[in-house]
Amino acid sequence: MSTLNITIAVALLVSISAAAQESPGLGRPVTAAEIEALDFTIQPDGDGLPDGSGTAMQGALVYQSHCLACHGPEGQEGVNDRLSGGHGSLTTSTPVKTVGSFWPYATTVFDYVRRAMPYQTPGVLSNDELYSVTAYLLFVNDIIEENAVMSAQTLPEVVMPNRDNFVWAYPPRD
Amino acid sequence: MIDTDELPAAGNGLLDRRVFLRAGFLGGAALMTAKASAVERAAWMKNPGEGMSESGAPSAHESHLVRAPIGSQRGTTGSGASRSPLQFLDGIITPSRLHFERHHSGIPDIDPAQHKLTIHGLVDRPLSFDVDALARYPTVSRIQFLECSGNSGAALAPEPVQGNCAQLHGLVAASEWGGVPLSVLLDECGVNPAGKWIVADGADAAMMSRSVPMDKIMDDAIVALYQNGERLRPSNGYPMRLFLPGWEGNACVKWLRTIKVLDQPAMTKDETSKYSDLQDDGVAKLFSFPMGVKSVITSPSPGLSMQGAGIYQISGIAWSGTGRIRRVEISADRGQSWADAALDEHVLPKSLTRFRSAWKWSGGPAVILSRATDEDGRVQPSREAVLTGRSSAAFYHYNGIQAWAVGEDGEINNVYA
Ligand code: HEC
Repeated sequence: MSTLNITIAVALLVSISAAAQESPGLGRPVTAAEIEALDFTIQPDGDGLPDGSGTAMQGALVYQSHCLACHGPEGQEGVNDRLSGGHGSLTTSTPVKTVGSFWPYATTVFDYVRRAMPYQTPGVLSNDELYSVTAYLLFVNDIIEENAVMSAQTLPEVVMPNRDNFVWAYPPRD
Repeated sequence: MIDTDELPAAGNGLLDRRVFLRAGFLGGAALMTAKASAVERAAWMKNPGEGMSESGAPSAHESHLVRAPIGSQRGTTGSGASRSPLQFLDGIITPSRLHFERHHSGIPDIDPAQHKLTIHGLVDRPLSFDVDALARYPTVSRIQFLECSGNSGAALAPEPVQGNCAQLHGLVAASEWGGVPLSVLLDECGVNPAGKWIVADGADAAMMSRSVPMDKIMDDAIVALYQNGERLRPSNGYPMRLFLPGWEGNACVKWLRTIKVLDQPAMTKDETSKYSDLQDDGVAKLFSFPMGVKSVITSPSPGLSMQGAGIYQISGIAWSGTGRIRRVEISADRGQSWADAALDEHVLPKSLTRFRSAWKWSGGPAVILSRATDEDGRVQPSREAVLTGRSSAAFYHYNGIQAWAVGEDGEINNVYA
């Protein structure tokens, strides 16, 4: 960095701390690369989805070795949360909330599984495996075809069956 | 001594709330017998006691004062809850060691020297703050409650579930929370006008994440570093957590590691699949953040049996996620008549408020209830009113009136009134 650049940088820092009232200005600037390594956020429009792809056919194998033990065959009758079925049950006296019957966005499946699953060893799945197992959960819920390729382009286009049955309680009306 | 028969306030023995405040009440008799014939020493008065220590612990006689019950999803130890023993506590502060827990993938063992909070997204200057930097910022400190939005979910069961106050309502606690206003940190980053929401991430194995509207963040959200004067306990987010006064606990992301400013919510699993409210028409409400006005009598309550007819203090806690508690009413006759309880001195916004009443228990069956009203005039609803329009799968934000039945045998049970 030249002396001139340093002078500009210092001047910039001074103006920043002057603008931020009551703040000691101790935040350290972060680079785009640092943010990329930190940011797990995936939005319903697909923002944040990584490269890679997979189908339910491939996902069946991922599911078998990483998920089946806890969530049961095809996402049912496991010891932990049920992941499939329950379609059309939400207005009955025995509603069954699953990825297929309840979740509004397919991107949330990818986001959550990437963050938190498999429960004991989150982070072990590659992007291709994450797309595949997401595709598998959508397939066993009759939402996509077995050979449909899920990727950053196609996953946000999946319309979840219960998508339109959500309203926002915020901001409150009373 | 005051003649309690002259101070009725409502049916079935409820006395005027000032009864306990009057000097001489109950104390009169003791004054008359103050003359002992021979001086004596209890065993623990005969030798010097134990010396000082670096950290205190409760009396060995208080071993019942623990969180209960501890439950986790099958096959896991870190996806579940433990509850505060409300029935044994008084005042409004929950001792940090007894603050309820709700974790999704256990408690991470975080090295504070390696932990940072990074703020990015729709900001002019993405910045990261380590723990030492945040500790140098001007701190605000407030006594406020934290409640899991699944608290009191047992009340959804068709028949009353028998359990003590911890088991039925123990997912609420209050602490003095100290930390840095998030508005100060966001101003330092410079929020883009399109930034209407943030999504917060935790550094636990589940990377728990929730979206929160910018209005709340700028209003009173803090990055909490302190709980009851000391740094956060690991189970409460050490070294830093998001704290949103009055809003459901799940959104107060523990072990806070990133805040991303967005133009819309991220629709994470814990704000869609979970922590949303399904109605009986199949429509689910997202983002029902503030906790409703609520109260519960903590004493007498199940497990604390009555010791025979006579004068008792009815005591409990009341809270509202939108402001102060204005009033708590008590009934001892299943809601036929009500009398105002006395509120303890600290009536703080978005905090627990301790209430007390005097009750002359006849020894006969009674059903005692409490009903809170907040400063905006919101009145705690009946169980029936809360359940109207809900799906049977709706689990969150239950704030109905709790009724305890006192039997002739002095045992106390959960009932629906
Ligand atoms: C060791 C058992 C275990 C394994 C293995 C496991 N899970 Fe889970 N899963 C859980 C638990 C426990 C939860 C609930 C976590 C919580 O409390 O938030 C859960 C929750 C979920 C949910 C959210 C359910 C809902 O409706 O909110 C999804 C989706 C999921 N798991 C998918 C997977 C996938 C995909 C895999 C394999 C890659 C997997 N899980 C492997 C135990 C497991």
